[in-house]
Amino acid sequence: MVSSHHYPDEQSRVLVIGVGNPYRSDDGFGLAAARQIEKKALPGVKVLKESGEGGALMDLWENAAAVIIFDTVQTGAEPGSIHRFAADSGQVPEDYFHYSTHLFGVAEAVELARVLGQLPPHLIVYGVNAKELSPGTELSPEVAKAIPEVVEQAVRDINAFKAAKQPH
Amino acid sequence: MKSKTLKVDYLARVEGEGGLLIRIRDGEAAEVKLKIFEPPRFFEALLRGRKFSEAPDITARICGICPVAYQMCAVHAMESAFGVRVGEQLRALRRLIYLGEWIESHALHVFLLHAPDFLGYEDAIRMAKDHPAVVERGLRLKKTGNELVAVVGGREIHPVNVRVGGFYKAPGRRSLFPLRERLERAREEALETVRWAAGLSFPDFERDYHFVALRHPAEYPLNEGRLVSNKGLEIPVEKYEEHFVEEQVPHSHALHSTLKGGGEYIVGPIARYNLNFDRLSALAQEAARSAGLASVCRNPFKSILIRCVELLHACDEAIGIIEGYEEPEPPALATEPRPATGYSCTEAPRGILYHRYVVDGGGLIREAKIVPPTAQNQKVIESDLREFVTRYSVMPEDELLWRCEQAVRNYDPCISCATHLLRPRIVRG
Repeated sequence: MVSSHHYPDEQSRVLVIGVGNPYRSDDGFGLAAARQIEKKALPGVKVLKESGEGGALMDLWENAAAVIIFDTVQTGAEPGSIHRFAADSGQVPEDYFHYSTHLFGVAEAVELARVLGQLPPHLIVYGVNAKELSPGTELSPEVAKAIPEVVEQAVRDINAFKAAKQPH
Repeated sequence: MKSKTLKVDYLARVEGEGGLLIRIRDGEAAEVKLKIFEPPRFFEALLRGRKFSEAPDITARICGICPVAYQMCAVHAMESAFGVRVGEQLRALRRLIYLGEWIESHALHVFLLHAPDFLGYEDAIRMAKDHPAVVERGLRLKKTGNELVAVVGGREIHPVNVRVGGFYKAPGRRSLFPLRERLERAREEALETVRWAAGLSFPDFERDYHFVALRHPAEYPLNEGRLVSNKGLEIPVEKYEEHFVEEQVPHSHALHSTLKGGGEYIVGPIARYNLNFDRLSALAQEAARSAGLASVCRNPFKSILIRCVELLHACDEAIGIIEGYEEPEPPALATEPRPATGYSCTEAPRGILYHRYVVDGGGLIREAKIVPPTAQNQKVIESDLREFVTRYSVMPEDELLWRCEQAVRNYDPCISCATHLLRPRIVRG
């Protein structure tokens, strides 16, 4: 059973969630980015891959101290462009994530959690603008190209979370 | 001539996205189009040439809300092809995981997607500001469903433990005990939810529907039974395609289903309830009666109330299964592929889901056919809207539009299921 209550490192409790569908071309971005983080085997970091149903996300991040979510967005910007939203510095634009399978998705989960006081202390959503969402199992070159940069930025965030957690 | 057009470019709080266009002329709905975008039947094509054992996992990806429904349909269809019948405890375990999905899916729809329509909020986030306790109750119920799916299925979303023949690993008796306690609390909350939903106000709207659902000799239908209707249909699931037909309509890329010679029909909680009231648990029947529901309901706006009754039934039955559970040994029966065609119809949260597979002697899938519940309800959704708009054409436009969206959500349409995928349109401002 997947449980959000056990972390490899109880002190940092960092959770990375890749959201998407591997059969919808660029919608597989979140899962691909999460796999890259997984490969790095960062100490104290738990990685999950999810479809992005909002209620389930809220359960998963229940006890996390810091959460990073990777998802595909459609903002009208260039395919492959990277968007970063920190939940503590403003609303996650709902429209960006409306393409997804679920209308109770990432943005809704973040905003509902905010209203109910259930947001983790730190939550960052990385969205990469999709080019192709038609059926298929391949990422477009533009989106695939964005993965290393998103992963690098996320690793910086993770290190910052951990540094902030260190006792002074 | 007075003419106006109501247009919702994309429907919020419907799983996936769809557009809705209603053209009113002289107080009548001249045109109603629920627009759904469907590419070629990707998953059916994807399945061709794959191993029979891959069907549960691949089809589970069609819908993020009801992966278990797809898995259950796939495993039962393959088992029907290979002449395999699982024993009592494996059957029970399958019911248990399916009930978990019903709890998740119904709680999501009732509290987060449909309740805002009834309470006058644009969405659950705004509703949560004024009614946090209601939303929190919904999330707790949903979580109990998630946990049930996770314990039996290995994971909440896209459970990995389901396979043709049974499960990769059966949960131990003890691992289910903690769930029993949670389900007992959930049952209490589901009962409260039925009472709460009974107090909502429902538009006055009834129609003479053709209800279609599975019916089982002893159980509220999930994985098995014959297909029945209130107008005389009574067939084994293998005969589905002899009686139901899918057709392409110009305004939607999704296929619309009809009964041959019988036209539109309705599947889902309201059809299940009307055709199987006597199979609900005693507690659920009693709660339905106390909520003012008769054993037959023809008001689609009351589907929210019926979903609550089914939530209660699901918690109640799941507790019973856990009490009587013994770990099945082995956790899966051996399956020997043979050239055959397998059929299955199960009751997904939104209504009957049909799978058919043609498999060759090497166990490779030669043909796959999948008919999701929302595709079957599309026609009835459109005719509900036509009739509603005609009857209430004097309503102020804002209110009429609101009610139309609510009427679509009566069916909890899973547009991502119906279309397998759709191309989104982002509307700003």
